[in-house]
Amino acid sequence: MVEGKILKVSGPLVVAEGMRNANMFDVVRVGEKNLIGEIIVMRGDRASIQVYEETAGIGRGDRVVSTGAPLSVELGPGLLTNIYDGIQRPLEAMREKFGANLKRGIDEPALDREKKWHFVPALKFGDTVSAGDIYGTVQENDVILHKIMVPPNVKGSIVELREGDFRVTDRIGKIKYPDGSIEEITLMQKWPVRVARPYREKLPPVDPMVTGQRVIDALFPIAKGGTACVPGPFGSGKTVVQHQLAKWSDVDLVVYIGCGERGNEMTDVLREFPELTDPKSGKSLMQRTVLIANTSDMPVAAREASVYTGITIAEYFRDMGYSVAVIADSTSRWAEALREMSGRLEEMPGEEGYPAYLTSRLAQFYERAGKVVCLGSDGREGALSAIGAVSPQGGDISEPVTQATLRIVKVFWGLDASLAYRRHFPAINWLNSYSLYRDRLAGWFSEHVAKEWMDYTARCLKVLQAEADLQEIVKLVGMDALSAEDRLSLDVAQSIREDFLQQNAFVDIDCYTPLEKQCGMLDLIFFYEERAKDAIAAGADIEDIYSLPVRERMGRAKSAPNDTYRKEFDAIKADIRDQLEQLKRAAQKD
Amino acid sequence: MIREYRTIEEVAGPLMLVKQVEGVKYDELGEIELPNGERRRCRVLEVNGRNVLVQLFESSAGINLAQSKVRFLGHGVELPVSQNMLGRVFNGMGELIDGGARILPEKSLDINGTPINPAARYYPSEFIQTGISTIDGLNTLVRGQKLPIFSGSGLPHANLAAQIARQAKVKNKNDKFAVVFAAIGITFEEADFFISDFKKTGAIDRTVLFINLASDAAIERISTPRMALTAAEYLAFECDMHVLVIMTDITNYAEALREVSSARKEVPGRRGYPGYLYTDLATMYERAGRKMGSEGSITMIPILTMPEDDKTHPIPDLTGYITEGQIILSRELYRKGYLPPVDVLPSLSRLKDKGIGEGKTREDHANTMNQLFSAYARGKEAKELMVVLGESALSSIDRLYAKFADAFEAEYINQGFYENRSIEETLDLGWKLLSILPKGEMKRIKPELLEKYWPKSQA
Repeated sequence: MVEGKILKVSGPLVVAEGMRNANMFDVVRVGEKNLIGEIIVMRGDRASIQVYEETAGIGRGDRVVSTGAPLSVELGPGLLTNIYDGIQRPLEAMREKFGANLKRGIDEPALDREKKWHFVPALKFGDTVSAGDIYGTVQENDVILHKIMVPPNVKGSIVELREGDFRVTDRIGKIKYPDGSIEEITLMQKWPVRVARPYREKLPPVDPMVTGQRVIDALFPIAKGGTACVPGPFGSGKTVVQHQLAKWSDVDLVVYIGCGERGNEMTDVLREFPELTDPKSGKSLMQRTVLIANTSDMPVAAREASVYTGITIAEYFRDMGYSVAVIADSTSRWAEALREMSGRLEEMPGEEGYPAYLTSRLAQFYERAGKVVCLGSDGREGALSAIGAVSPQGGDISEPVTQATLRIVKVFWGLDASLAYRRHFPAINWLNSYSLYRDRLAGWFSEHVAKEWMDYTARCLKVLQAEADLQEIVKLVGMDALSAEDRLSLDVAQSIREDFLQQNAFVDIDCYTPLEKQCGMLDLIFFYEERAKDAIAAGADIEDIYSLPVRERMGRAKSAPNDTYRKEFDAIKADIRDQLEQLKRAAQKD
Repeated sequence: MIREYRTIEEVAGPLMLVKQVEGVKYDELGEIELPNGERRRCRVLEVNGRNVLVQLFESSAGINLAQSKVRFLGHGVELPVSQNMLGRVFNGMGELIDGGARILPEKSLDINGTPINPAARYYPSEFIQTGISTIDGLNTLVRGQKLPIFSGSGLPHANLAAQIARQAKVKNKNDKFAVVFAAIGITFEEADFFISDFKKTGAIDRTVLFINLASDAAIERISTPRMALTAAEYLAFECDMHVLVIMTDITNYAEALREVSSARKEVPGRRGYPGYLYTDLATMYERAGRKMGSEGSITMIPILTMPEDDKTHPIPDLTGYITEGQIILSRELYRKGYLPPVDVLPSLSRLKDKGIGEGKTREDHANTMNQLFSAYARGKEAKELMVVLGESALSSIDRLYAKFADAFEAEYINQGFYENRSIEETLDLGWKLLSILPKGEMKRIKPELLEKYWPKSQA
């Protein structure tokens, strides 16, 4: 146990002397209040410590004690539905014990020490095990079967393994190491947050993470195990997009990290998720969710740790063979925390005051995503998808955090303030967003949704691009200068924008659209385009086509119930056919 | 044990270096005694060995290195609070300046507060009727929200804030209501406008004022909003009152912060503001809200003037990232004489969806709101096109949209500072304006609602 004395206090940075024997990144306890901190620089016998709590009242001479262990998280049953702060302290339990405001120096174990879980062994006496093998399972809640795994770096044979109700720290069995020593097995293990959990092999992602969000699934899909970022100025709906992904993505688990954002947003998740049902399991969405909340008014250093805490928990579930999504809102606040600590350490700043290691830190974070073959002899596969919001200052994406992120992630959903002003939500700009997974996922979509899927979605992008070009012309010379075909093309683009891309997150049916229905909606729009082209060729007037009554019905297609929409879509198609046929005949008569 | 030091080594701008101190803590409050007996306050910014760097809250004029004394008081900056603060006027450091009787405090609270546990917050969802159509109808304010007004020099943000303070009420409820007003570096005239408006309407009796005028020490501005918020927290969370906090002008606050930062020679972020401006602002704004164990709430309306009307300037930008929306004022509308000149399209209330609808306002609220937004946006686009190409270039439907946009500005936005519209009046007016357009354009309104509310005479 290394003990030192404080020399300097400057906000969240504390310098202590007498720390020569401490390790880098050791967790230390600071002052009488036992504030939690972490050593980030060692110089001679002086350690610079970032403190995860408010440092008011700390002064020279106060003692600093190293715990000798790096910042770690507790992994085991009880993680799900919980809400933690940036260093995995359970906020709900802290509220019950200490009231509505966050006090300092609180030690509260992350996993409930009293609660008992029913453990069912999968192995028996004498079985030899190695890292990643599954000792047995705990049905944590209605949705998630929690697999108790042999921790990485462990190898041996089972001496004892019992079925029964256990607390997380109780002995469920014993393991004998190759050197003959025997150790107890518990439901809980620990892992240092700054170290990626090992896996056997990384695989290229080939399945989409279906989100039910039309603009994402159809135009800019993300793969399971992929990475994406959502930059946008304030008010462009970043948080709503993130919440939608957390709610509707077809993953087994979601870890939602509220990093330096609003307190009320976390409360919203906390209050709303338990009442939503997961379309896949039919159970409450909260049951598959872990929340990490380090809101903007909470200490800035813990914000830096929060993304690591979140992704480590996600990796743990990935290792069980689940598909997990980590959603971080917002990585810019995390970068700002880095910047603040870097400034206090008096490091030479890089761009806009951010430290020079910003890019490598971001890359390390996103590289922890991926589709992997997990450790363990059964060769199970897990996936971890990482989605980060970015809050560029002034909405200017040329700033360092956005640019560093774009170099790493494969999907870019660029939010656009001007779309948001027009209340076009989700305000994902279709002209500058991209997904590098489109081609890789083509096979899956053609096989599981429809052969036409890739054609339709590519056609959407083409029409929208053409619209942007045509709009330029309209701005210069007016609508009348366009040919009827071009005006139809504008009309179709409008239909794609309004009837397909716009999706209201707050309306029951519209908030989630299954892929088949998305395909059906596109089918309607292009069916309309074909027929209208036909009618125009026969001499029908474009103004008459604009004012066809079926257009309103097409606009309401998105609100057709998800189970019975086919009938409605067929009826709309019949209307399109009849009404355009009429126009065509009338035109031919003239 | 409180010791006195005569070891002031350096005074530069708002900072002072004291040497050879013992047992001084970070963020501790200090008191400087000048040779003439005058006392000023300061706060510890950094402890470095036996040296401490302190930040003055007042001017440094008259501080004498040889003869001034410093005492450290063993606690942070505190504000004595009591219910009797209502109706009283304080300076930016929390001292009474209205010449009235002293207040016997209930207790003293640290002005920095402590963060609210996110698990202990209630999600704000109670509709506040401000009587202003552009806010109630389109950017609804709810209890516990923080909704700033982004303004520019010369725009009537003060009138709008006063109108909100005057008219705000929660539907069908008679709760205890209070206003906490923090003037941060504003002119005497502006402060006087608020005070006389509060007096005229009788609101002064339920108002606590913290006044730091442009002529007061700039550095005092750093503590002024925190004083006000501490008073607000006491009234809201310990006396169960619903508190509306108006803070003006946050731009002055941020500049005071920049002054300290540059005096400390910190690496600046954008435009010379410190890199921690976001975090610093957040620790103030996040004190708004509702929390478990208390009936009260803090609803916050910070006002800031955007330099050059530039929304991407760090102060409005970072504010927008923290607050739950923003009300933006428009110079164009103001020039047209439309009051209050709320720029509807870029304004936003993030919490509106939870505060409106049946049982809160009216069932048609959400649908008409979306329809009004998109119709106004399209109308404005049509008008822009009209400027370039002339009216004849517009399709007949776009001409209707242009007409709608004009009527919307003239009637819906332009209600004046003294008209108080109920939410029903606002919604009905919305329907009346929408009926300028053909019924078939109402794609964002559910058919049932359209049947029920579409004005009959036009149909």
